Formats: sequence, C-alpha cells, structure tokens
Amino acid sequence: MRALPDAGTRLRQGLSSDDWTLRAGILVILAYLTVTLLLPMSALLSKALEDRSGAFVGLQNFARYFATPSLSNSIGNSLFVGLVSTAICVSLAFVYAYGLTRTLMPGRAVFRLLGAIPLLVPSLLPAIALVYMFGNQGYASGLLMGESIYGPIGIIIGSVFWTFPHALIILITALSLSDARLYEASEALGASPWRTFWTVTISGARYGILSAIFVVFTLVVTDFGVPKVIGGQFNVLATDVYKQVVGQQNFEMGAVVGLVLLLPAVLSFLVDRIVQSRQGVQLTGRSIPYAPKANRKVDLALGGACLLIGLAIVSVLGTAFFAAFAKLWPYDLSFSLRHFDFDNMDGGGWASYVNSLRMAGLTAVFGTAIIFIGAYLVEKTRGFRAGREAVHFLALLPMAVPGLVLGLGYIFFFNAPGNPLNFIYGTMAILVLCTIAHFYSVAHLTAVTALKQLDPEFETVSQSLRVPVRRTFLAVTVPVSLPAIRDVAIYLFVNAMTTVSAVVFLYSPATSLASVAALNMDDAGDIAPAAAMGVLIFCTAALVRVIYTVLTAGLLRATQRWRHR
Amino acid sequence: MHALKTSARPVSQPYLQLTNITKRYGSFTALQSVDLTIHEGEFICFLGPSGCGKTTLLRVISGLDIQSEGTVIQAGRDISGLPVSHRDFGIVFQSYALFPNLTVEANVGYGLTSRRMKRREIAARVGELLTLVGLTDQRRKYPPQLSGGQQQRVALARALALSPGLLLLDEPLSALDARVRLRLRTEIRDLQQRLGLTTIMVTHDQEEALAMADRIVVMNAGRIDQVGTPLEVYSRPATPFVADFVGKMNFKRGRLGPDRRVTVDGVELVYAPDPDLRAQPGEEVVLCLRPEDIVVRGISETAPNRLAVRVLSMEFIGNHFHLRLGILGSELVLEGDLSINAVRDLSIEVGRGLTIALPPDRLRIFAQGTGR
Ligand SMILES: Nc1ncnc2c1ncn2[C@@H]1O[C@H](COP(=O)(O)OP(=O)(O)O)[C@@H](O)[C@H]1O
Ligand SMILES: [Mg+2]
Repeated sequence: MRALPDAGTRLRQGLSSDDWTLRAGILVILAYLTVTLLLPMSALLSKALEDRSGAFVGLQNFARYFATPSLSNSIGNSLFVGLVSTAICVSLAFVYAYGLTRTLMPGRAVFRLLGAIPLLVPSLLPAIALVYMFGNQGYASGLLMGESIYGPIGIIIGSVFWTFPHALIILITALSLSDARLYEASEALGASPWRTFWTVTISGARYGILSAIFVVFTLVVTDFGVPKVIGGQFNVLATDVYKQVVGQQNFEMGAVVGLVLLLPAVLSFLVDRIVQSRQGVQLTGRSIPYAPKANRKVDLALGGACLLIGLAIVSVLGTAFFAAFAKLWPYDLSFSLRHFDFDNMDGGGWASYVNSLRMAGLTAVFGTAIIFIGAYLVEKTRGFRAGREAVHFLALLPMAVPGLVLGLGYIFFFNAPGNPLNFIYGTMAILVLCTIAHFYSVAHLTAVTALKQLDPEFETVSQSLRVPVRRTFLAVTVPVSLPAIRDVAIYLFVNAMTTVSAVVFLYSPATSLASVAALNMDDAGDIAPAAAMGVLIFCTAALVRVIYTVLTAGLLRATQRWRHR
Repeated sequence: MHALKTSARPVSQPYLQLTNITKRYGSFTALQSVDLTIHEGEFICFLGPSGCGKTTLLRVISGLDIQSEGTVIQAGRDISGLPVSHRDFGIVFQSYALFPNLTVEANVGYGLTSRRMKRREIAARVGELLTLVGLTDQRRKYPPQLSGGQQQRVALARALALSPGLLLLDEPLSALDARVRLRLRTEIRDLQQRLGLTTIMVTHDQEEALAMADRIVVMNAGRIDQVGTPLEVYSRPATPFVADFVGKMNFKRGRLGPDRRVTVDGVELVYAPDPDLRAQPGEEVVLCLRPEDIVVRGISETAPNRLAVRVLSMEFIGNHFHLRLGILGSELVLEGDLSINAVRDLSIEVGRGLTIALPPDRLRIFAQGTGR
C-alpha cells in the first residue's frame, strides 16, 4: 500500500543529537558575534544620530560635521594621502611580486622574507624611524630638499612601508594564478614581449591589482599609528576620530567621523567580494602553471629593483633598531639599553609589554578556538541554512570595519550604563574580545578554506558508524587541519601584538599595551623609548613566529605522520 | 515499468521497500516516483549514465539526503524521516573517505570505540575484519601509504564493523585501475555472498553491473527503466534506453507490417511473438539487434531472415572482429561481431559477400518514442 504524503507538504527529516549539537553551536556563535560585533556597530550608528544628552537628532551631527571646515577638510587630506600611498605601494609591490613569481632573479627566498617584515611591526614604528631619517636632526633630511617629513610626505612613506606586504601577498597570489598556455599562445601569435605583458600579465592579474588597490587604500585611510606620529598639523580622518574622542570627549562627533571612515572600508569590502568571485573561475583544473624562464636582462633589472625596495625596508627597520639602542641620537651613538627602561616613562612601562603578551596569547588561544569552531559549524552543519549564512556574513563583516571604528563601537556599547556586560569595560577581556572581532575575517576564511579541502564524507561516515560528531571533530578534523589552525593562531598573535587602532580606546591604566605605550611615549616626546618598544614588539612577533613554527613542526611531525608516504 | 517476473532469489519478505520516492532540488527533479523492492541478501546494482540519479537514490536510502516525497521501509521499519545515525547501514564512498590521520586499525575500529566495548573485544573484532579483507599485515599503516585497492578494502572493513543490515557502495571501484578493479569485483561479490549481506552498489559501468549483480536497476533521468537479472536486462531490455546503455546494439527505424513482420530500409524481417510490444501494424518502430546475435554459420536454406550481405569494413577488437555489413539490394547496414574462428573458417574479408541470418527471437522491437 502506498503511503503518500499530502501533496505540497515537504517531508522533514528527524534531527539526531548531532544535528542539535551543531545547531546549538551555530546559535552560540551567532550570539557571540552579535554581542562582539553587531551590537557595538549599531551602538556606533545610533550614537552618531544622538546629541550629547542621548536624544535623537537625526542627521544634525553630520550637518555640523560638514559645516566645520577644520573637520571636513580631513576628508580631502585622507583621500590625497590614501590615493598617493596606494599608487606608490601597489606599483612597488607589483614590481616586487613580479620579480618573485615571474623571474629567476637570485635571492628570491630572502626577498620573500624581507617583504613580509612590515607585518611584524606596529604601524607607528616606520613613522618613528622616518623621524630619525628625515626629521630635523635626521641623517638623510637633506634628501627632502627643505620639505618637512611631518605631514603628508611622512604619512605617505610610512603608509607605503607598512601596507607593502598586504599588497604583496595579494599580488603574488594573482601573479601565481596564471596559465602558461596563454603565454605560449601569445608568443605563437607573434606578440611582442611588451604586448604580452599588457594583454596577458596585467589583464590576468587585474582582479588582484584591483583588490590590492582597495585593500591598501582602506588600510592607509583607516590607519592611525602613522599619522599620529608623523602627521604634524596635517589632519586626517583617523586622527580626527582619536582627537574627538580622546582629546575632546566629543563622542557623537567621533561616531560621525567613524562612519565617514567606514565608507571606503565597506566599498573595498564589496569590491573584494566581487573580485574573489570572479577570480575563482579564471583558473580551471586544466590550467598549466606558468614557469618562468631565465632571462638575464629581466632578471637583473627586477633583481635590482627588488634590491632597492628590500634595502628601503631594511633601512627603515635598521634605523628603528639603531634609535632604540643608541645612547643619545645623534650626539652619542654608543650602545645602550637605557631606552628600554620603560618603567621610568609614561605609557605603562614593562607591565604594558607583559599585558601585550598576555593579550596576544589569549587572543591566539581563544580566537583560534572560536573562529575554527565557528568555521566548522558553518561548513558542516546539515540544513539550517539561515543560521549558517548569518554566521558566515557576520564573520566577513569585520573586513569592512576599520579597527578605530570597531573600538569606538565597543566604547559606546560596553560602556553604556544599562549594559549588563559593562563590567568587562576596562579589563583584559574587552581587549581580547575586540581584537578577536577585529581580525576575525581573514582567520575565518583561512579556516573555511582548510575545512573545504577535507573530504565532506568524513562526517557522513561517522554518522553511519553512529559516532558523535564531537569525536570526529576532535579525532579527525582538528588534527588534519592543524597547519591551518597554526596559521590562524600566528596571524592572531602577531596582529594582537602590533595593533593600536581598536584597542587605543579600550585600554585602562591596568591593561595598557605595548603598542599603545609606544604611541603614548612618542606623544610625550620620548621618541627613542617609543622606538625601543616598537623594536621589542617586532622582535617578539618574529621570535614567536619562529618558536611557534619550530615547536609546531615537532607537533606536526607527530600528528601528520600520515602525510609522508 | 517492467514488471518483476523473476528474481534471482525469491524471498518472501522484502528487506527494503521504496515507494514513490521523489527528490527535487529546487525546480529540478532528480528522482521521479521511484518504486523499488529489494530482498534480503540480494546484491543490487543501480546502473545508469552519470547524472541519472543513482547517487541521489542511494543517499535517500541512507538518509544523507531526505526525499521530497515517498517512503523507505527497511526490515519492516518505516525509516523515511529518520536521521542517518538512527538507520542501519554501512557505506563506502567513491573517495573512500578514510581518516588520513588514523591508522588502518583505528579507521576500521572507528565505529567500535564509541560503543561500550572492551579494548580486547574491539581489537578482536578489528582483527577479524582485517582478516576478512586480507589486510592484517597493513594494520599499522596510514591510509595515504596504501594503494587504491587496499584503501578500498579498509573502507569496506570499516563499513562492515558494526555488522550493518545493509551495505551501500557508491561507485566503489571507479577510482581504481582496470586490473585491480577486476580483482576487487570478485572479492566484493564473494564477501557479500559469504556474509549474505543485502548490498546496493551504484555504478555507471554496465560490465561491472552485469558481472556482480543479482538484479540490476537501470536508471534513466530520475526514473527506473528496468529491474531485472543481468541476463534479463541484457537479452530483453525493457526500453530502447536500456538496450542502448547495456551492451552494444544496432538501432534501426522500421515500419511494422502484418503477421509479425517488420520492414527496415526495404528489407522485410520476421520477429518472434512479443506480448510486451505496444505497436500496431503500420506504425513506425525501432528495431534492435545485438551485433553478436548475427548468425553466419550453419544457416539452412529455409532459415528466416536470411540475407546476403557484403562486408564493408572489418576491425580487429582483440578477441573478436567488428564488421559493418551492407545488405545487398538495400541501404541497410548492420554492425556485427564475429569470433576470430568464424572469420577464419569462412575466410571473411572486406569486400566479399556473405550470407547471414537474424534469429527472429533476437530482434527486439519498440514502439516509437514511448519505450514499450
Ligand atoms: N545537492 C544538489 N543540488 C542540486 N542538484 C543536485 C544535487 N545533487 C545532485 N543533483 C543533481 O541531481 C542529478 C542526479 O545526480 P546524482 O544522483 O549524483 O547522479 P549520478 O547518477 O551520477 O550519481 C544530477 O543532475 C545532479 O546535478
Ligand atoms: Mg554518482
């Protein structure tokens, strides 16, 4: 006999305890992201529409903002600095990436390493180094021909330095994703090398170039460390936010500037999403990766260009080191550790360094766990599409939110008197939460990519063997994904060590951080100690990277034995 | 649909019963009102071209995908809406989905460790399973260190660990090279018979299905075209699709005449009585004939469908010859397969004449368009 379900009623499958576990997990992550991201951002939005007493005033604050030239002029300044820095940075990074991926120039491994160095320093460190190089007493100030380093010139050079690796990573990827067959075709058609370069290379990498342009522009415009140190009287949006909030306690206006700052970031986020979806289809499984051939002239030319860029990076970092260890620049250049006597300066002393270590450690541990589990839930839950997509969307949102803006949102949300979570204000916890949220997206995407590479049937097999999903997660998914988990942890640690923008609003005297201390010491005129702190942060980030790699290499060998045939 | 006339193993109580299974993905219908009955201990193959819905049907049976409509009854229990973990089956995927970071032993014992079993019992059961699939000496290796065939066996052992009532195999052999595939075919079939385990295997390889199955379920665009033993499916295909998909076939358009006659390109042929034929004299039909059914030896003067032909081309395939035969006095060309012996004995060569006969009971006739 046929038991026909009523036409139109969809059959529903009963849920196993695993399904419940996963769905509950999704809801927990959703709640977490709502509290640490969505609510702070909406608090910021409503703050911009309120007056000081908290009454709704519509767009009045915006009207006042645009009517105040001293504020709205910053938009033009930010645009100018952003555009010039982006043009320079992306051009240099393209040359560098081209040399690394498309030529056989010598020393490519070293250049690759050099190019990544700025990732390990807080953005204010290159600015401090620039003061020593081109400031009033700088050893190379003659090169500026009378122009002052304090202002747009300094901001641009500093910005190019620290955004360089971000552009580099994107462009290396874009240039590696090229199909050798296109080159062969172009050659066979008798196109000149120059024409091939334009029609194949540039056109093939166009999405990557576009993506790099937007990413760098956003980073420059929303960065706070460089203009704070070397901007002088040249106001930009990022420093305005800081001045309004920290200097004048004008939170409403701070929120308005923050929202203005949100625009380029959101735009760049949208462009990046489009680019990502386009780039995916460019390479098919049949593509043959391009293998560069030796070409003396090209190798030498690009080798030379990369050498210059590499030298610039080394000299900025070297100057910072020199400033940190020289007794009294420029009068007494003998070696001294007196600038590391942080306890006798403003800014929080050695305690702030210890705080930074703790903060970065906690962020790495909790952030990695939360982000990896979140990505796992998004990828492996059956059904419950709405929940999964909501998590995925929220996870990508931080990419569109500059750190300063996020930090502001945190003040407004967590410091609101009625908020039951008010107690974490001013503690280490809020710094960790904010930093995890700030760097969530890239880590999430790394985890998702790794999880997508796993056989989707692992979970299915476990279900058919009636093994709870929890066990398969711990026994299979985590061990197999260990390399990606390590990458996420290092990424979070290094960024937590170097970040200034979000946390500058959230630290308390008890939880001052190293990067913030460097900022404050610089503000107080203790430039050498600020350089020393920056150098310390660099060394820590670099050391942790090395140690972590060595340690996990052992762990990986033990757990990834299966990888070796 | 073709009625089930014979079954390899007539068993009273059906083990698995699918009724009116429909599966839609949005506006696309992947399975359309599928009915199927499977008996205990049977080896069933789902056979059909890629994309016809074989995997989808397997996933409905396992609960990995839920059907849009219809019921699944396994061993008398309605499991239509049950989650995967509440069903009783073992499964092997095309990718094997072995856990790469666990040893062979740990993979096979994976489902056992979460039950309340003593360590000793688990080890004993794992040993038993590894013996069953002949991998005792590989127990401490990791899956990436094994050959494809060995991985396959580990996946099989893992699927059998909980002694499931139903074994599901989704294209288990298609990732292997030809030689290993042949060996594993026999191994899987032997194992299944030894355990008396009801098994469903998905494949797009007709040879595999013919060699292994008790009954073959031939699928076409989300529907079942025919269910039958390999011999039935091969010699009495229920639709032109089945005729085309299983084995090689001459397809010729013709017109039905009176008295069980059919005219193809001006050649009149006699066919054997066929109760399933749904065409009236005068209608257009499709005539099917397997190349190997063309007779060339011992043809009597009075044999029906006796034809004089010329050999148009010959191709040596390895264990037989493939010929194109032009019927004299007509446009009709038939493909024929002849043994090496026959070619030698009759000194067949390209361009020479030859007499052939088409046995009336080997001619299959289908009404145009609608199958039968
Ligand atoms: N999750 C899905 N969403 C949409 N269409 C699907 C999905 N899974 C399968 N299909 C479609 O259903 C049809 C049958 O697929 P499948 O059962 O995998 O075929 P096969 O017989 O090759 O195993 C195919 O056309 C396939 O594209
Ligand atoms: Mg399939």
